[in-house]
Amino acid sequence: MKDILMRLMDNYYETAAVILFFIGFMTLLLHRNIIKKIIGMNIIDSATFLFLASNGYIEGRVAPFATPGVAATVEQFVNPIPTGLVLTGIVVSVSVSAFSFALAYRLNQRYGTLDVDEILFLARGGAQ
Amino acid sequence: MSLFVRNIPFFSIMLAMFAGIITIPIRKGRAAWYITVMVETVILAMSSVLLFDLVRSGETITFAMGHYPAPWGNEIRAGILEAMMAVLFSGVMLFSVLGGEKDIFADVMPKKQNLYFITYDELFGAMLALIYTNDIFTAYVFIEISMLAASALIMARDSGRSLIATLRYLVMMLLGSGLFLLGIIILYVITGHLLMPDLGRGVAKIVAEGMYTRPLLCVIALVCIGLAIKSAVFPFHTMLPGAHSVATTTSSAVLSGLVLKAYILLLIKCITRVFSIELMVNSGYTDVALALGMVGTVACSMFALRESDMKRMIAYSSSAQIGYIFMGIGLAGGGGLVAACLHVIVHAMTKSMMFICAGNMARTRGHKTDIRQLRGVAWENRPAAIGFTVAALSMIGIPLFPGFASKLYLATAAYDSTLKFALVLAALLLSMVLNAMYFIPAVIAIWSRPKDININSEYRAPKLMTACVTVMTVLVIALGIYFKPVADLIGRALETF
Repeated sequence: MKDILMRLMDNYYETAAVILFFIGFMTLLLHRNIIKKIIGMNIIDSATFLFLASNGYIEGRVAPFATPGVAATVEQFVNPIPTGLVLTGIVVSVSVSAFSFALAYRLNQRYGTLDVDEILFLARGGAQ
Repeated sequence: MSLFVRNIPFFSIMLAMFAGIITIPIRKGRAAWYITVMVETVILAMSSVLLFDLVRSGETITFAMGHYPAPWGNEIRAGILEAMMAVLFSGVMLFSVLGGEKDIFADVMPKKQNLYFITYDELFGAMLALIYTNDIFTAYVFIEISMLAASALIMARDSGRSLIATLRYLVMMLLGSGLFLLGIIILYVITGHLLMPDLGRGVAKIVAEGMYTRPLLCVIALVCIGLAIKSAVFPFHTMLPGAHSVATTTSSAVLSGLVLKAYILLLIKCITRVFSIELMVNSGYTDVALALGMVGTVACSMFALRESDMKRMIAYSSSAQIGYIFMGIGLAGGGGLVAACLHVIVHAMTKSMMFICAGNMARTRGHKTDIRQLRGVAWENRPAAIGFTVAALSMIGIPLFPGFASKLYLATAAYDSTLKFALVLAALLLSMVLNAMYFIPAVIAIWSRPKDININSEYRAPKLMTACVTVMTVLVIALGIYFKPVADLIGRALETF
């Protein structure tokens, strides 16, 4: 038990990422409000980005910028690729959020509510 | 091979993307439609040249983006299979936008018609990129682009039901791409690569050394489940019927015919290049895919049986047909991938034709999609009815139609193991019977001559749709008769895939 706890504490970035992921997942699944669902989705994205970025980070090293006149060695720098991937991921996540907000706006315009259950109820009533 | 041919994969992706961008300032929907048709024709021609050249020379092209060499740069790779799929995708995109032309201009608001074609072009570009890319993170980015574009295509018919369908579709797709992203992140952490060939070597090394066994199994599960959700195989099929029944004809044809297939191709690519078929078989994942496929074909056919709405029925049938493809992936150890790829081609052609015909028949009767209201429609809209009938016969798997060919290859792929052979044969027969049970009544209904319904003999089917459906029918029947060369070519292509 103690061993597992120590491991969780050692990899605290990953632990935090997993906890965040589940918070986001639960928000996405259990909330009826579309805006809250979108927020949940964003939390999931942040969790994956934290997970990814923490894997490229090495304690005590800096971002890979070479200073002129100073010899650059591999041992000085962190792995820059995960950071680059996170940037790409953020762009994707922003566009997905924008699209979802547009969708939520249209749904609100048509049904006057952001509650998924109410929207489904109204849609069924409209069909009959 | 000339320099131009080497650049075709890159050109076709860029051309499709730029077509979307230059459509933005064009306000007129009709002009945007012309641009889309033109671009798709050009890409179809270029991809055909590429396919012809690759088949003749037997080479594969690896294109380093921006001339950065392999471990650092981003790669595009084109072999015979990629070129075949590019030809298939551009052809189906072209026929869908031609065949559903009347519906697009009727269903989408006049002010926003040009936007429809922007998303259509972007979707095409994203799917081409998914076919050609050799980098797993690029694949993730284009998965997201295709997801957004596909959602916009569903949303284009601006009704309450289509908005709800889009929301459902988006949530399912987000779940799928989230799992896929997690999978590739862990894969990057344990191998240190993103390019597929390097990843493949990294995975082989991990397996040989016996390291990271559990993370690797997790990665395979995450990637496979993520892509399975996106390709709407059985337990994840719930967003399909809603999305397809409310979208406009072209959107349904493309969503069902192509978008699902793009993810399946990516899955096949991941299996052959990254995880290796051997690992998939040894870890038992292929058996899971086989089981999913078998249960999926039967279960979704049963759901389709309950539907009286034509488009919802076809949507469930799509999910059932995806089950066949997963059965093919499940039999990867015994050459099932040939069957899977053959069925990708068969289903993309027949299902898009079916949606175009169904959409046009529904339009003849004032957008009514209930089968009871489509009785006798064949005597008004002959070409659409003939196309629908041919597609339905192919779905059931009647010999001389292409649906039969892929089932034949599926059965032969399972031949090595008696138990699997029996199970696959049983699933195939059961699903064929079920397919017949819902498609034959629909076909009979549209060809019947009801006394209580006035047949409008003045109706003339749109010329463009007639031409498209005729060409597609001929192609489908030709594929049904000459499936052997196509399957042989796929077999040859898979060796270097």
